[in-house]
Amino acid sequence: MTVRRNNVLTIMKKELRRFFGDRRMLLTIILPGLLIYIIYSLMGNALSENLLGGGEAAEYRVMVHNSSEAVSTIVLNAGLNVTFFKSPEGESYDAEFSPENMAESLGNGTYHLYMVFPEDFDAKVAAYDPLGGQPAPEVRMYYNSANQDSAMAYSLMLEILNAFESSMANRFDVNVSPDETFDVATEEDMTGMIFSMLMPMLLVMLTFSSCMAMTTESIAGEKERGTIATLLVTPVKRSELAIGKIAALSLISLVAGLCNFLGVLLALPKLMGGEDLDMVNASVYGMTDYLMILAVILSTVLMFVALIAILSALAGSVKEASGLVSPLMLVVTVIGVSGMFGSGTVQSALFAIPVYNSVQCISGIFSMSISLPQILITVASNLITAGILAWILTRMFNSERIMFKK
Amino acid sequence: MDTILRAEGLRKTFTLSRKQQQLEKTKQKVKVAVDGLSFEANRGEIFGLLGPNGAGKTTTLRMLATLIRPDKGDAFVDGVSIIKNPDAVRGRIGFLTGELKLEDFFTPDYLFDFFSDLHGVEPATAAARKKELFAKFGIDRFAEVKVANLSTGMKQKISLVISVVHDPDIIIFDEPTNGLDVLTAKVVTDFLLELRERGKTVILSTHIFSLVEKLCDRVGIIIDGRMVACDSLPTVCNGLSLEDRFFELYKAHVGEEV
Repeated sequence: MTVRRNNVLTIMKKELRRFFGDRRMLLTIILPGLLIYIIYSLMGNALSENLLGGGEAAEYRVMVHNSSEAVSTIVLNAGLNVTFFKSPEGESYDAEFSPENMAESLGNGTYHLYMVFPEDFDAKVAAYDPLGGQPAPEVRMYYNSANQDSAMAYSLMLEILNAFESSMANRFDVNVSPDETFDVATEEDMTGMIFSMLMPMLLVMLTFSSCMAMTTESIAGEKERGTIATLLVTPVKRSELAIGKIAALSLISLVAGLCNFLGVLLALPKLMGGEDLDMVNASVYGMTDYLMILAVILSTVLMFVALIAILSALAGSVKEASGLVSPLMLVVTVIGVSGMFGSGTVQSALFAIPVYNSVQCISGIFSMSISLPQILITVASNLITAGILAWILTRMFNSERIMFKK
Repeated sequence: MDTILRAEGLRKTFTLSRKQQQLEKTKQKVKVAVDGLSFEANRGEIFGLLGPNGAGKTTTLRMLATLIRPDKGDAFVDGVSIIKNPDAVRGRIGFLTGELKLEDFFTPDYLFDFFSDLHGVEPATAAARKKELFAKFGIDRFAEVKVANLSTGMKQKISLVISVVHDPDIIIFDEPTNGLDVLTAKVVTDFLLELRERGKTVILSTHIFSLVEKLCDRVGIIIDGRMVACDSLPTVCNGLSLEDRFFELYKAHVGEEV
């Protein structure tokens, strides 16, 4: 089977012109990456605001019976925005601390917390002997967990009381030296974990969907519109047509894939906390890592395009082709998601399984736990699969039953 | 006589789906579209395949153009077998039918260059031929307009021009004037006559008697996939008009009044 390079190039040039000359097509290439970047940036901002900034502005109003000097001092020193209200005495006290009244006040936010200390709390605490067999002095706090501010006030005061309690009987401390870093996770470790978890799934799915858009349009679309028949009456060999189409579509899908990749690469650090937490940073990866990624993506794209091309050639229209490809998309998604969990050691032989190997490779490259042979097995396996699929596509282009079915 | 195209016992069958069987009211699973068809066409003549719809004309032409393979028989285009060497056959013929469409996205100018490339035409030759053909058919004014924005007639003219980018010796046209207005149809028939003058061979299929009488040197009449008469126009007609002679043959072979 001889293939004239010239004809392959002519076919390729036509396909490239078709896609890069069309603004709408260009948009489908760039849009997914851009959208991911924007959405993740927004999600990241919202996430960090929720975690860090939430509740800062609120003032917690706490109704206290029998105040404790020690606790008030801690609250004051911590600079917390808590205002204590001294409870009324006698009958008014009973009315104020009745379950009905507390429920109403906590519900409508008049107070966020009701605290009842035992009388002479500070003295009793100081005098208390844990080994003496007497019950410890009890602080009671009433709150409404359905009210966000009340729940916050409760957990805040609980924390203060626990701190107060542990300061009473301080036998040892854990991790208090202010100058020392105890979490030894480096930027590489964090980035590796986050990227290797999310990248394979996002990358494989996004790449597949751009391959799908291009390939169904180019093959099923041309069949549907009857333009491929015009090509079939020229002296172009079916193999040249198959190779030219797969090569051009792969190139376009690769560009789309790289746009997506760039979007995800820039967006993930934003999703993981923005500029405040620069533990996730794409700059920890070197040129070799990116070259390996490129090789894996390229070989994967070639295989995806060839696979979708075959299904598209079977279909009579773009619509039918999309229908045929959707189950495949589902399989790819499932395998992509598997990359989020299966981060254990993978046998090298398994890197011969298409799609699965790409997911594992991308995960491995980002967690810096991949070996060169594994990459080579993956790329070789993908290229061989793509080659076999291209041969099948050639046979299909030759089949009048497939190309001219009504 | 210099024979340039020879068909030998071409046979083509199609498998009918259950639905098609119901439509055609038959229990047969296989439909014979072309049944042992043989004919010859000579260099420099216009040869017409005449027959009713469904007689097998289009199937025959598609076999000659190597788009589909005959079940039996073979045909030789300029001595090259359509079965053994289909790629080479495609380089020697120009094929035009309504089912071959051009991509809407491109301009006539680009498409001409693209198909010239695929046929391996030298760029200089292609440029000269493009200029001449575009001028002849009035395409030059629309050379840079996307096919999508052109009229049906203009699209048909561009398809015609594209089918002869490589200046083939044999041009195969399936129903060349179908669906064209009278002006465009005239442009097409004039072009066929001009091709003959330049020594080209034209094979065309049609069900229009007047077109055969006007253009063809020789004619083959196909009924139910079989060639029932094939010779020069006067010999086939045998003193009758082509129309009368056709119905006479039809009655003899199908055995019923039309």
